[in-house]
Amino acid sequence: MNSVILTTTTRILLPILLLFSVYTLIRGHQEPGGGFVGGLVAGMAFALYTISNGVASARKIFPLSPTTFLIIGLTFALSSGLLSLFLGLPAFTGIWGTYEFPVIGYLSTPLVFDIGVYLVVFGVSSSIIFTLKLKE
Amino acid sequence: MNAIVIAPIVFPLILGLITLTLWQNRKMQEIANVIGSAVMVLISILLMKMVLSDGILVTQAGNWPAPFGISIVADTFSAIMVVISSVMGLAIAIYSISSMKNGFVLSDMLQKRQQFGYYPLLNIMYMGINGAFLTGDLFNMYVWFEVLLISSFILLSLDGTKLQIEGTFKYVTINLLSSAFFLIGVGFLYSLTGTLNMADLAVKIPQVENQSMVTVISMFFLVSFGIKAAIFPLFFWLPSSYHTPPISISAIFAGMLTKVGVYSLIRVFTLIFITDVAYTHTIILWISALTMFVGVLGAASQYDMRRILSFHIISQIGYMIFGLALFTPLAIAGAVFYIMHHIIVKANLFLVAGLVKRVGGSYDIRKVGGLVNTYPFLAVMFLIPALSLAGIPPLSGFWSKFFVVKAALELQEYFLVFVALLVGLLTLYSMTKIWNEAFWKNNPEKIPAKELVAGLFSKQNIFMTIPIILLALITLSIGFNPEPFYQIADRAAHELMNPSIYINKVLGGAQ
Repeated sequence: MNSVILTTTTRILLPILLLFSVYTLIRGHQEPGGGFVGGLVAGMAFALYTISNGVASARKIFPLSPTTFLIIGLTFALSSGLLSLFLGLPAFTGIWGTYEFPVIGYLSTPLVFDIGVYLVVFGVSSSIIFTLKLKE
Repeated sequence: MNAIVIAPIVFPLILGLITLTLWQNRKMQEIANVIGSAVMVLISILLMKMVLSDGILVTQAGNWPAPFGISIVADTFSAIMVVISSVMGLAIAIYSISSMKNGFVLSDMLQKRQQFGYYPLLNIMYMGINGAFLTGDLFNMYVWFEVLLISSFILLSLDGTKLQIEGTFKYVTINLLSSAFFLIGVGFLYSLTGTLNMADLAVKIPQVENQSMVTVISMFFLVSFGIKAAIFPLFFWLPSSYHTPPISISAIFAGMLTKVGVYSLIRVFTLIFITDVAYTHTIILWISALTMFVGVLGAASQYDMRRILSFHIISQIGYMIFGLALFTPLAIAGAVFYIMHHIIVKANLFLVAGLVKRVGGSYDIRKVGGLVNTYPFLAVMFLIPALSLAGIPPLSGFWSKFFVVKAALELQEYFLVFVALLVGLLTLYSMTKIWNEAFWKNNPEKIPAKELVAGLFSKQNIFMTIPIILLALITLSIGFNPEPFYQIADRAAHELMNPSIYINKVLGGAQ
């Protein structure tokens, strides 16, 4: 699609949407939001970019391949569950840090799991967008 | 102790991740998958040993106490299933090496497609299968079902041919229906009892006032798991989809996936829905007889090896359900023994069919012939699982049929015994049909197929031959030395028939 308005808007919207997706991810533990929604928002940001600038340039600014995001995300989610095994607790027991960080709050394995979900959803949704757009 | 219960679920995921990382490198994927599957076999045997020495193992995921969190439970029955699924995983891993490469007359593009995510999906599917075997929570079981189903949808249609899409479409539709029934049943159960932990359900179900409602719900589960296990009259999807994918996928589907349905049926109808046995299990009893009989009749009219074998899955499922329906310790032990024997034998027959296709050129038994002259070893390798399937002593099928039939005789169900034995005879008939057509008669095509040049142990076929020999050896060892296998099955049956053991372990272990 060749639209100056869309291209210009996307250039401004892309970083804002990505930032918003991270915000959604972090607030997700107690309030509405979370890894799944955050990942979708990030995926949509790239979808917007792909629609306005085409697959080739979207792939160029895409940091890693979508499959890599998928792998990293799954590894994050899995390791968050297995960490508790090393402390002698059953798998997937939530482990919480004691220090409260300003924005993130307490560091915890549920957060790591959510980051994993975020990356998987982001990888999958952007991979779907790329494939669909290529078919056109 | 905690880690080992969850290991059969976690390890396939790790292996899936490794193979996913090696996406670009088919060779490395194959090697990683074979090594990983071998490790998986060791893990499952370790689990089995621990279950045999310590009794039922329980871990509460997330450290939430039993009725609230998700319990992961390994009793003897679960451990048996996990061991078999990992042995199958190893056999398929080896078999895939050559069958995925040159087993099919396909263009290069299609061959590449075949590799797209084959190994990662296969491992995710094992994760789902093992999860379904090990979970102690009904809704969690639904989740594992979805995991294995979604991977199986893609595995079925990986080549994207018209036939596969058609088969997959039927498979997807019927399985979504089955999942819907499952979910409705789970919802009703939850509204009735307020819990989904299977052990807790077993405690609360007898206290429910409205027992007729419980029976209604049990029928939801019977339909749902029945579709997955392919019992009469819900089996029609199986023969129309199982012959479409590559043979290594057919084999694992034929061996494992329907048995997940049988496992779930046995689990819920020995643990949860035992308040009105006279009613529910009589229904299952007649279904089992019809399943046995209709399945074997379906096989008689087919000429594609894969379709014959698919119909036989149905009739064999009948025997397992038969064991469940009789509901005596001997019958349940027979059913468990039958599952052990059947998965090995049935998958092996599919693998042999793949090799017949490779060396004979076709799955249609009318088109191949004379294999007993050209490949005498293959003929022997076919005879072992085939005669075992028909129940010829002293092979494993004889013992499994023997236990089930003996249990039926003790209950004086003479008509059903007659059906079971007749079906055994008809099974022998259709195995003889494959033997006569594919192995005994002269080759209808005067010119031998191109692949005929290569022997079974040549570099190109060796990886297809090894798993066949491996599985045949297991069949023989079950056949000639059934005692230890029966001991384990008997122990599983003892635990299944006394749900209080399971309940105490799951609910008591939390305190």
